[in-house]
Formats: sequence, structure tokens, C-alpha cells
Amino acid sequence: MSEIRVNKVVNSTGDNDSGLDMTTNDQVLIKTANTTAITVDSSQNVASAGNLTVAGNLTVSGTTTGVASSTNKNYIINGAMQISQRIGDASSSATEYGATPDRIRQEAYGGASASFQRVTDAPTGFSNSLKVTCAGTTSPSAGNTLRLMTGLEGQDIAHLEYGTSEAKTLTLSFYVKASETGTYSTAFVNIRPSGNITANVTRSQIKTYTVNSANTWEYKTLTFSGCPNGTWGSSNSDGITIVFDLGSGSNHQGATDTWLATSDTLASGQVTLGDSNGGTWQITGIKLELGSVATSFVYKSYREELSACERYYQIISNGHGSAFNTGRAGFGLELRQTMRANPAFSQTAVLAITNGSAWDKSQSSVNVSIIASRVNPTGAQLAFDNFSGLTQYQPVAINTGAGKIIASAEL
Amino acid sequence: MNISSAKYIAYDGNNTSVNAIIDGKQWAVPLDLANTDYQAILEWAKIDGNTIEEAD
Repeated sequence: MSEIRVNKVVNSTGDNDSGLDMTTNDQVLIKTANTTAITVDSSQNVASAGNLTVAGNLTVSGTTTGVASSTNKNYIINGAMQISQRIGDASSSATEYGATPDRIRQEAYGGASASFQRVTDAPTGFSNSLKVTCAGTTSPSAGNTLRLMTGLEGQDIAHLEYGTSEAKTLTLSFYVKASETGTYSTAFVNIRPSGNITANVTRSQIKTYTVNSANTWEYKTLTFSGCPNGTWGSSNSDGITIVFDLGSGSNHQGATDTWLATSDTLASGQVTLGDSNGGTWQITGIKLELGSVATSFVYKSYREELSACERYYQIISNGHGSAFNTGRAGFGLELRQTMRANPAFSQTAVLAITNGSAWDKSQSSVNVSIIASRVNPTGAQLAFDNFSGLTQYQPVAINTGAGKIIASAEL
Repeated sequence: MNISSAKYIAYDGNNTSVNAIIDGKQWAVPLDLANTDYQAILEWAKIDGNTIEEAD
């Protein structure tokens, strides 16, 4: 066995400044361009000065430090638009407030002619996106809005310590596709804005992103500093609301990249989607996570996502009760998930009820009321009018094939 | 959100909920300030000409 003892091995081409440097005892340096690229020290630690690419698997027996996990918690519910209880895949108009995939509110206030639809056009790895299509060519007046938003409950973000000097940095990531290139705005606000009612919104931070190529899916990341002041909810009401502004009026315009004591959600120079006849904007894969690094979107099962959405919106198709009189039936409902607040109730269509064998009877028109104050986040007692021919006190059940009951405690 | 009408529902002489037409759909809304539909009805009622009707 023989060995060659040297302190350095360098290349013989060019300027001879790349190679192996072992001049220091118990240390090996790999240099390129006379700069250390990789260091192996006496404890067998390896340090790379540049990026490290691993083509195969990477196994870590110890702990990782400063490495973003691909499973960071996503604060957003239904970020992949999997759940669309209100409209399914149908298109809804700007006058149908909130008629969008679950947990996303649309707000086309003041004349923007837009429609909203869940579609199957999505980037690789996703099955759905939310598509906004504008039909008008009218520029928004100062108070108009065209925006989408999703709200987080205060109690779900209280640990982020917004409103204090310890407020945590958050990173928002999403996939977007738009027919118009240019600058778009996203904002965090402390209270969900509603039309031109913005008086309650006292903190906002606007960030911009650029759509570089028309009609092409692009991945965007925006990092928001934590807000050190202002009032932020810590209960079941508004916490942080994330707003995607698609071109609101000038009343909503503010400075970017800083916390404002205003309700602004729009940056100067923003694309105005509402004046582009046929203009489209799509989004999916929305993720909000702690820290300044965006990590990959983690898909939830349909079951998990639906359960999370049902805290805010449920469709109920069964229940048992009795006839109160010839025209009114009452039901006690148990909600599948504890809802965010006492829910409001509506119907998808007229309700049909049955006594189990002899007949089915339907309302002549939709009519639901809460009996007394008997409603809480886990259930309610409801009365349905506009029946005829019922027998008082006869037990009845909801016919699952007809209209259904809606429970809503949306933010 | 487009609210076209709202009317209190009472029980034993006390208002207990509001029945409203919101975006063309009939809703039974609890008197819960955390419910955003009730918040919207209260904001709507502040506008001149809008009133939550008294219960029958």
C-alpha cells in the first residue's frame, strides 16, 4: 500500500485556482475560483457556501435547523377550492354576495359586472380554481370595490400576537392566472370590510404581486410583517382577513409594504379587472403560514376540508319533528360541526316533509323561522310555514330528496 | 350583500330573531352580534329608508 502526501491539489487549466486544499490540519477545503465552496472540518461537519442540490433522497438522522418544513400549518381553509357547497361549479353573479367556493367571499360593490365560478382549470397538482370573469368596461367609481377575501377567526390567530411588538411574520403563497398582466394587490386587514362600510377597519397592509404572462399559471409569495399595534380579534369574530383586490376605486388606495391605520386594500397602479370586458383572474393553492418562507401546499382530504368549512356553512337534508298546525311544521336540528356563531338559516328550495308512509307535502314557498331564541352553534329549533293539510302533532320527517336547510355562520 | 326587507320575529312579546330577504333568499337570522348576517342587517337599518319591521 502506498500513499501520496500533498497539501493541495489544483487544476492545471485556466488560472489554476480550483481544487483541494488540505494545508490546515484536520480540515479539507474544496475550492472553486479560489473561494471555498465546501469545508469538511475535524468533526466531520460539512459546510457548503453555495446551494446544495440533491438528486436522490436526503436522509436526516438528527434535527434540521433553519430548514423549512413542507408541512407548515396552513391557516387558510379551502385554499385549493375543493369545497363549493353554495354554487358547486355553477357561475354566480356579483349580486349574490358570498356565492363562491367555501370560505371565500366576493365583494363586487357598486356596479362591477363580474361572475364567480369554481372551475377545473388549475395548475399542476390542483383540481380546481376560483375564476372571476368581468363583463363590463366601466371604471370603478371611488367607493366601488371588486375583491375576494377569506377571514380567519380571531381565536385562531391570537397566538400570532398581532397588535403587540411580538407580532409574527406571515407568508402568503398562491397560484394565480390572469388575462391582464401587471400589478395586483393583496392586503391583510383587521376587520372584514363590507362594501363601502370600512369604518371598523383600522389596520391594513398592502402587498403587490406582478402577473408577468397573460393566461398563465404563476406562483406568488408575499411576506407580511406582523402588525405591532391596532385592535385584532381574539374570539370567534374577525381575526385577520386576507383580501385580493382586483381593482377597487380610489377610496381604497393606500401605500404598500407598511401597516396603515386605514381600510385600504389597493395599491397605486393596480390592474382594474372590472373595466376589461371579458377580463379573467383565477386563484388556487392559497396558503398562509408562519415565518418568511413559503412552503409547498399540502392537500387535505375532502373530508377534512369539508368538516373545516362546515364550521361556517352547512347544508342539512334531514331532520325529524312534528306538525304544529295545518300549515306549520317544526324540527329540531343537530348541526354536524359546532359553528362559529349562532347560525342563520335559509333553504335551497321549498321543503318537502313526510309522515313516513302515507304522504309527502311541500311548502308553497320558502319560509323558515327560528323558534323563540332556540339556536346555538350546535343546533336549533326551526319552524317552516306554507304547508297545508298537516295534522297537528303528527310526527313528520324532512324528505331528503327535496329542498335542504342552510345554516350559515360565515365570517 | 343586498338586503331588501327585514322583520323581527317575537316570542312572548320579545324579539328573538329577524326574518330577512338577503340577495333574494329568505333567511331566519339570530340576534347574535357575532353573526355576520345580523351585522349586515343592522348596518342596512342605519341607512335612511331602511327599517326592521316590528314583529306581528
